[in-house]
Amino acid sequence: MTSTTAPKNSIDTDNAPIITIDKLNKWYGKFHVLKDIDLSVNKTEKIVICGPSGSGKSTLIRCINRLEVHQEGSIIVDGTELTDDVKHINEIRSDVGMVFQHFNLFPHLTVLENCTLAPIWVRKKSKIEADEIGMELLTKVRIPDQAHKYPGQLSGGQQQRVAIARALCMQPRVMLFDEPTSALDPEMIKEVLETMIELAESGMTMLVVTHEMGFANKVADRVIFMDEGQIVEQNDPGNFFNNPKSDRTKLFLSQILEH
Amino acid sequence: MSENSTNFIKIPDREPPINSIGWLAWIRHNLFGSTTNTIITVLFFYFFYLYIPPFVDWAILNANISGSDRSVCDANKAGACWTFIKVRLDQLLFGLYFATNPEEIWRPIFVFALFGMLVVPLVIDSTPHKKWLLMILLTIYPVIFIAVVYGGVFGIPVSDTGQWGGLLLTFALAFVGIVLALPLGILLALGRRSEMPIVRALSITYIEFWRGTPLITILFMASVMLPLFFPSGVEFDKVVRAMIGITLFQSAYTAEAVRGGLQAIDKGQNEASMALGMGYWRRTMLIVLPQALKISIPSIVNTFIALFKDTSLVSIIGLLDLLKMSQNASRSLDWNGYDIEGYLFAGFVFWIFCFGMSSYSQKLEQKLDTDRRSE
Repeated sequence: MTSTTAPKNSIDTDNAPIITIDKLNKWYGKFHVLKDIDLSVNKTEKIVICGPSGSGKSTLIRCINRLEVHQEGSIIVDGTELTDDVKHINEIRSDVGMVFQHFNLFPHLTVLENCTLAPIWVRKKSKIEADEIGMELLTKVRIPDQAHKYPGQLSGGQQQRVAIARALCMQPRVMLFDEPTSALDPEMIKEVLETMIELAESGMTMLVVTHEMGFANKVADRVIFMDEGQIVEQNDPGNFFNNPKSDRTKLFLSQILEH
Repeated sequence: MSENSTNFIKIPDREPPINSIGWLAWIRHNLFGSTTNTIITVLFFYFFYLYIPPFVDWAILNANISGSDRSVCDANKAGACWTFIKVRLDQLLFGLYFATNPEEIWRPIFVFALFGMLVVPLVIDSTPHKKWLLMILLTIYPVIFIAVVYGGVFGIPVSDTGQWGGLLLTFALAFVGIVLALPLGILLALGRRSEMPIVRALSITYIEFWRGTPLITILFMASVMLPLFFPSGVEFDKVVRAMIGITLFQSAYTAEAVRGGLQAIDKGQNEASMALGMGYWRRTMLIVLPQALKISIPSIVNTFIALFKDTSLVSIIGLLDLLKMSQNASRSLDWNGYDIEGYLFAGFVFWIFCFGMSSYSQKLEQKLDTDRRSE
């Protein structure tokens, strides 16, 4: 996927982080979900975030494209700080692709239309050009033959691959995955993970919230463990799995690796 | 999967047993399946036998339709007097002005025919350019309607709206109410779910006010109070006043029907379109509304059907809609005593329009059903 190298912002130098999160705090009402999160993500880096449910891992990545609004701290994506400015938000969103747990495909549009809608309306591409890119990416996720079906006619695994293609059609610089395989049958998890591994190999910057530790081990440059709204521990996969530093991490790993 | 397997042998599919298919099995199962079922079936056919043949005798077999005055009907009281409807048809369909000016009667006939020519292709699946047809129906058609029926242009004499009546008036009121209330209702429904508190409060107040007020009251207010809000020189047409009242009332109902659809849309749809960088109006127009309107078609059409029938309330402010016109005609000296025929006719015409709307909405629902569409 050549899209990651697309020149866009001349201010960027090659090793500048693409996402910088500084002292991020977020509350739901009085509930403190994210506490003093610091995180910087380099270009082409693949980060896997894991942790028990309610640890704030989904909230964290949803803050990055402002599906959640934070109250304190700063998030800078690709040189632009996330503020209330709607124009900036939409700019950042169109550069940050997101894949959801429940796919969230548009059921009233065909698979190809799902992929071309935003390129046409947000990127202002012609329909012919958008169709071309759409078909190219559907071919990459290996479902070009389903292009003219509706999402409801596809299996869960196929739907999630369409969702990945839909996000990639915007030629994003970062991809966020929010538990992309949690809603899938075991037989379909593999095909989605394979697609994600191929995407990672192509050099895409990825933040993935998942419990698929095999995927983390194989693909991640860094694994982050979160609990109670804090980053407990982060390390490369080898050290993370073999020498976890904190007891909390050890307990979590023993629980999920037992099954 | 089974080819390579040694311990899984697929049992070939067989035909279902013969006594579970066919019409005889259907009747046995569905009409006489249980004691209750059998009793209901027997009672149904008994009442059918009791009431339907006499009605057919009266309404069709013995009915009068010849002649041009009541003498034919008076001579044969065992049958319905359709002669009355035949003689007074112009009045019932087009109102007093056009019934008393036969040389002008082409005008309502023309607009009804034009309506039919626009609507019938809309219902047929294979028609191309449906969007344009619909646009013509919603924009150009009302202009033509006013020009031809009201007149005052191209040398067409003006028809006083106070003299409009019958189906023509019912149609005009319902058409305006439906066409204006839908966009207004959609905006109100969006407003009610807006994140801006003032927009939300205004929408809720509007909806709850108009929804909580009986249409009769609104028509009275439109008739009596509306002129008070305007300087004394401004003369408001009675029909226009009724149209305004109906539209304000109807938009509140349509808004609630649309809101039902909006609420059924998973918030993931909005999030997915946000994540793609789409702004509020794009999300609303391209993702949310197409799905929400599809879901709310049955309830939107339900409000339209209710409105179509409710237009007969305008008789309260002295307008002669189809129902009131039928009643008046059957109470005239010429046809006094034949009100059953008048009511049946009015009811039948109402039914045709409402059933048409209902059928069209069901067809639309099936056509737009992409969620569960199978191969």
